[in-house]
Amino acid sequence: MNIDALISQKAKAIQPSPIRRFFDLANAMEGTVSLGIGEPDFVTPWHIRDAAMASMRAGETAYTPNAGTPRLRQAVADYLYARFGLSYDPKTEIFITVGASEAIDLAMRVLVDPSDEVLIPDPSYISYSPGALLAGGKSVLLPTYAEDGFALRGDVLQSALTPRSKALVLPYPNNPTGGIMTRPQLEELAAVLEKTDLPVISDEIYGELTYAGDHVSIAQIPGMKERTILISGFSKAFAMTGWRLGFVAADRRFVSQMLKVHQYVIMCASTMSQAAAAEALNGMLRGEFDDVEKMRRAYDQRRRYIYDRLNRMGLRCFEPRGAFYIFPDITSTGLTSEQFAESLLREERVAVVPGNAFGSRGEGFVRCSYAASLKNIEEAMDRMERFVKRF
Amino acid sequence: MDRIDTALLELLEEDARRTPEQVGVLLGITAAEAKARIEGLEAAGVIRGYTVLIDREHLPEETISALIEVKVQPERNRGFDAIAEQLYLFDEVKACYLMSGAYDLMLIVEGKNIRSVSRFVAERLSILDNVQSCATHFILKRYKTDGVIFEKQPGDKRMVVSI
Repeated sequence: MNIDALISQKAKAIQPSPIRRFFDLANAMEGTVSLGIGEPDFVTPWHIRDAAMASMRAGETAYTPNAGTPRLRQAVADYLYARFGLSYDPKTEIFITVGASEAIDLAMRVLVDPSDEVLIPDPSYISYSPGALLAGGKSVLLPTYAEDGFALRGDVLQSALTPRSKALVLPYPNNPTGGIMTRPQLEELAAVLEKTDLPVISDEIYGELTYAGDHVSIAQIPGMKERTILISGFSKAFAMTGWRLGFVAADRRFVSQMLKVHQYVIMCASTMSQAAAAEALNGMLRGEFDDVEKMRRAYDQRRRYIYDRLNRMGLRCFEPRGAFYIFPDITSTGLTSEQFAESLLREERVAVVPGNAFGSRGEGFVRCSYAASLKNIEEAMDRMERFVKRF
Repeated sequence: MDRIDTALLELLEEDARRTPEQVGVLLGITAAEAKARIEGLEAAGVIRGYTVLIDREHLPEETISALIEVKVQPERNRGFDAIAEQLYLFDEVKACYLMSGAYDLMLIVEGKNIRSVSRFVAERLSILDNVQSCATHFILKRYKTDGVIFEKQPGDKRMVVSI
């Protein structure tokens, strides 16, 4: 039986990550200090774990409503209002997903028709292009530049627009660059967008992790809320990656369509995770727990440290202002991103992620995550400095 | 005292060997400012000293510690201070606190062995006029001291690389 022949063209069209081999190598290597991890090094705060256990003890083991528990949806609405002044109706404009990842996939599925173009800043997190492809469309990459702090420029967006443009993905604070979009930069995009009917898939999963003023959502820019599908979740801010929980806030006409797909494919997000997430948000909103702020401050100190060390060893880099990544330029070594990452791993046992994993504009960079203890970052920097000095 | 001072104290409490330069980088201030702040905190008596945290389990010579609850008769005019002073001046007393609740002073006493601590209690502490009674609790195992967990902790459970 020729199983390969049975696989759909759509599935075949998705390329496996070009650096998969590198990941396998890194994951198998002993004694590695890793700055290659895209998740917090903290454990989920105790009161949040406790809420999940209480939910299980109370026997809450059945499905929840498709859109998520009313309590969690209300908490998300309260949070978005308290934090960003954004009003969403928890009954019709908010629903709970299995991670922000599911939400991104749903957004693509309900927006994209065959040969539609999805505009994606480059470099960015890896799942947007495959999402667009699986939905039948294609991705158009919008270059971003270190000298702009990797923010997306209005003129770059403008020049990429075609009659087939169907959605803009706006992933800020950005993985892998640590770039953010400031209010004036968002206003520049809004000026371009308001002349179009382009919806914005705004992936704000790192929204709680900014280091130079609060995160601004494009939905806060006048006239932009209606077209924005705001996606976020609990993984990064609350150190809840394994709980797989995200949410969508958007106009009810988007939500009702996305919810339809969610209902058939997922049914509902995990019940105990939802109980935990409601406690996470409510605990923060009540002012009772400051775990997020404590973790943010720890990341901020590590950010300053790693930025200082990379500069001292002669690797130019943009000072990140969000998420927990730094994206040094390694072209001074004469190596490609993959060569750099692989040699660094083999010779000094430090794992970083080659920048080209995140798009062609990531070539010449590597992503270092500072979601690691200061001690580990220090060790990794000592090793990396030794490595860089050889060139 | 501002937020930077608070953060600075947290960093030094975590590792007192951090230099002003290292602290400066972490807090986004210059090394000179960090140095001036540390000196200011020392002068104001906020920083009372720098010490080392020893896990005595690993020392070749055995030592033992005890928490001793002491009930005392406070003195006219000087309250608990006079008797507290008498107690904290003993070398064996590593810590001395005035407590709320069922007893008055809490001592942390260190000795070579149970006998030496017992002798301290019997021969030096109990005989003091103002001491009415005391209860000695020996520490059997230290799991955590001054915010540092002494038990071996599990390592990083995350994958080495993830996007």
